[in-house]
Amino acid sequence: MNVLQERKEKISKEVDNIVIRFSGDSGDGMQLTGMQFTDTAAFFGNDLSTFPDYPSEIRAPIGTVAGVSGFQVNIGSSEIYTPGDNYDVIIAMNAAALKVDLPRLKKGGIIVANLQGFDKKNLLLAKYPEGVNPLEDTSLENYIVHKVDITKHTKECLADSGLGIKDIERSKNMFVLGLLFWMFDKPLDSTVRFIKEKFAKKPAIAEANIKTLNAGWNYGDNTEIFTTQYKVAPAKLPPGTYRNISGNHATAIGLLAASEKSGLPLFLGSYPITPATDILHDLAKYKANNVKTFQAEDEIAAVCSAIGASYTGNLAVTTTSGPGLALKTEALGLATMLELPLVVVNVQRGGPSTGLPTKTEQADLLMAMHGRHGESPLPVLAASSPSDCFETIYEACRIAIEHMTPVIFLSDGYIANGSEPWRFPTDDQLREIDVKFLKEPNGDNGEVFPYRRNEFLVRPWIKPGTKGLEHRIGGLEKENKTGNVSYDALNHEIMTRLRSEKINNIQYFIPDAKPDSGEENAAIAVLGWGSTYGAIKTAVKELLQEGLSVAHIHLRYIHPFPKNLGELLLGYDKVLIPEMNMGQLLQLIKAAYLIPATGLSKVQGLPFTTNEIKEKIIELLKA
Amino acid sequence: METLAIDTNGSFTSKDLDSGMDVKWCPGCGDYSILKQVQTVFPELGVPKEKFVFISGIGCSSRFTYYMDTYGMHSIHGRAAAIASGVKASNPDLSVWIVSGDGDAFSIGGNHFIHLMRKNFDVNYLVFNNQIYSLTKGQYSPTSERGKITKTSPYGSVEEPFNPSELALGAKASFVSRTLDRDPKHMQGILKRAHRHKGTSFVEVYQNCPVFNDGAFFAFSDKETKKEEAIFLEQGKPLIFGNNDDKGIRLDGLTPVIVQSQNGYSTNDLWIHDEKDKTKANLISRFFDTTFNDTHFPRPFGVIYADERPIYEESMQHQAEEVISLKGKVPLNKILSGDKTWNIL
Repeated sequence: MNVLQERKEKISKEVDNIVIRFSGDSGDGMQLTGMQFTDTAAFFGNDLSTFPDYPSEIRAPIGTVAGVSGFQVNIGSSEIYTPGDNYDVIIAMNAAALKVDLPRLKKGGIIVANLQGFDKKNLLLAKYPEGVNPLEDTSLENYIVHKVDITKHTKECLADSGLGIKDIERSKNMFVLGLLFWMFDKPLDSTVRFIKEKFAKKPAIAEANIKTLNAGWNYGDNTEIFTTQYKVAPAKLPPGTYRNISGNHATAIGLLAASEKSGLPLFLGSYPITPATDILHDLAKYKANNVKTFQAEDEIAAVCSAIGASYTGNLAVTTTSGPGLALKTEALGLATMLELPLVVVNVQRGGPSTGLPTKTEQADLLMAMHGRHGESPLPVLAASSPSDCFETIYEACRIAIEHMTPVIFLSDGYIANGSEPWRFPTDDQLREIDVKFLKEPNGDNGEVFPYRRNEFLVRPWIKPGTKGLEHRIGGLEKENKTGNVSYDALNHEIMTRLRSEKINNIQYFIPDAKPDSGEENAAIAVLGWGSTYGAIKTAVKELLQEGLSVAHIHLRYIHPFPKNLGELLLGYDKVLIPEMNMGQLLQLIKAAYLIPATGLSKVQGLPFTTNEIKEKIIELLKA
Repeated sequence: METLAIDTNGSFTSKDLDSGMDVKWCPGCGDYSILKQVQTVFPELGVPKEKFVFISGIGCSSRFTYYMDTYGMHSIHGRAAAIASGVKASNPDLSVWIVSGDGDAFSIGGNHFIHLMRKNFDVNYLVFNNQIYSLTKGQYSPTSERGKITKTSPYGSVEEPFNPSELALGAKASFVSRTLDRDPKHMQGILKRAHRHKGTSFVEVYQNCPVFNDGAFFAFSDKETKKEEAIFLEQGKPLIFGNNDDKGIRLDGLTPVIVQSQNGYSTNDLWIHDEKDKTKANLISRFFDTTFNDTHFPRPFGVIYADERPIYEESMQHQAEEVISLKGKVPLNKILSGDKTWNIL
């Protein structure tokens, strides 16, 4: 066969962006395959956004719809803000994967199907009717289907490797990856390096994986069934040095950065819970950086240990998800009363109760705002994208320390596990965090007043061990200034108002709200918070290009709101608030500003698509 | 055994420990004695006053914090142990004292209690056990005896009580002791031992509640009954009790047996107390129940068990030092950049 002649027939096609869905059994290695593809695309200079979507079982029943683990990536030659509404390509390792993902494949999209995953047994497990095989009937005629016997090719490739059948089976995701690299014209070297590092102690396995990876590439290059290579040019991103980052990792290193910039040791009291656990994993590695991680016996002990650490002068943090935040609420009342800095990370998931542990939702906003006994206001911040977790958690730390208060930081499963390229800052670009401990008595006659406040109503932080400042604090109401126990009626009202006003004062230490895109006074403002950023941003951008009068405002600071927010919103004819809940920010906005805002709710454990938001905006504009 | 350098400049007296707050326990409450003994002992411990931290939960006992002129936090119900874990982990230099009651420690705070014992922070855990809920005005507690008549058990409690020392030993406590409010000297001795012990020191204090459970422990302190009902453990000494010191406890295999000197037994035949012997400590803790051949045993006071093992905050510190020497501190810029970066021009 004349290979050169054969190659001439391959077509190269330039595309703006491409959405790929890697889909298979939990054990098929789809998350790793997707991440490797992502890393390579990022090095190449594509902008991108990822969305891992996996079941809560570690190894759900093989071959079933319940066990499908997906990894979605959108790579582009222009700016990308979401993992994409619909797929251009599905890699279906078995029949169940195709069944789950086909509804979102674009017309004319590509299916790469692993033939062995469509045998009788797998078709049955995926609950296709007896005798039906989508690869063999006409049901896929609107798509480009590549049937590839991945298992057979992997076995052939590794026949002489001396590896057992299990190890050979495990390498088949590398064949897929190699084939994908060919289809999208990406180099193999980043993944080769990764394999060599990962299997440094098992050279035979490393070699087998590299061989299979190359075999996948060659398969695309040499066989006739693949005729087209798709090229996604590097994106025109702002110049600088980039890395890939997930929301949870950004949160972890944001905490490390705040610890270093404030000069305070970092203490994390935490109890493992999906999808927040990665942050505890990450920080447990940094013991050399003045970081202590404490895996507590339960969620309550986690927050309480952090309160203890804050009391001694640490930057104290607890990380959790919704059910855990519910358990911590009594302790948050204590922290509010003590007026100690504390950062509470809530990586939200579908609820209530165990709900959808691995799926995303934004339904803890009102719990964060109001979910405590008594009048106990505290600041609430929300991150809008994987990389924004860094800046937002850093701000949460700054506010906690400078305003002596617990702060709730909201992230969610979507941005926590999703990733994107990030033009990361350097040490010297980070804002300073001002820490002051009281070292001398603060009374005019040498008394110690633990609750004497500064002009912004912030009380002093006093470390136990400081000579001459011995004092008691506690959960009972305190007398203004002295902090002694007081049951006095008027004093309680004064203290309640002081605690509230202290939090309201934070609005003078945060930036004003302004449109992220679009103009002030446009016909409609889309007001978002948290992880809806990407979908809203893309929807508004596309509608602006179509000439519509629309703007996007996105909130990082939810309590207190930026001081100009009401005025800004009043400038628009209409306000639309899309949320992955039943309208929680909507309630807050209506209550605060008495404006007739409209909500857009989605509670499917899945992020908004761009189209869902566009359609609603258009509907509102027409109304 | 640890010896702490005495800071003579920072020396203080019992009076210096009075916070000046009005003490608001009921007249005759056993808590007064505990406060007095703590204030008596502290100046002798060689710890500067500002290094003491009291962490308490909720209940009559937990008001203790307000009356000591040290650092202190009166926290929330059951969580003092968890808060103290964070205090000690983040600043091992502090002398941390947890004050709790039987409800706070064993009911609402039961989980934190057992895990604190297991983790073995070098802190002291004082549980004022009055076998009743007092601050909520008289309900049975997890240490109330079966059949106890209270407001929530008008026909008698149907619950089996915890045996606190057995619970602590089961949770791997490294120091288990018992004392009582009406024996100041004994309590002072136990407090000093608890302080010296490196690891979590569990001190159960039998404390009389004159309002809701008066006299629950009088048998162990009243002159007429004390010698028969209580036995005071001393390291290396035989287990002797009785009105004329005429009774002793010996081990028949693994079964404790009460013997009398009139039957020809001498001290050489008796069980010699060894705080480090966990098997024997388990048996002593079970004198609480009448489980050995239906024999009624005297209630043991003193150090039931004490043996040192690695303490949490030190292990944590050592591990950090190892990582520092092995890998070194990661510069912030390195953390920010991660391992893989690329440039866009």
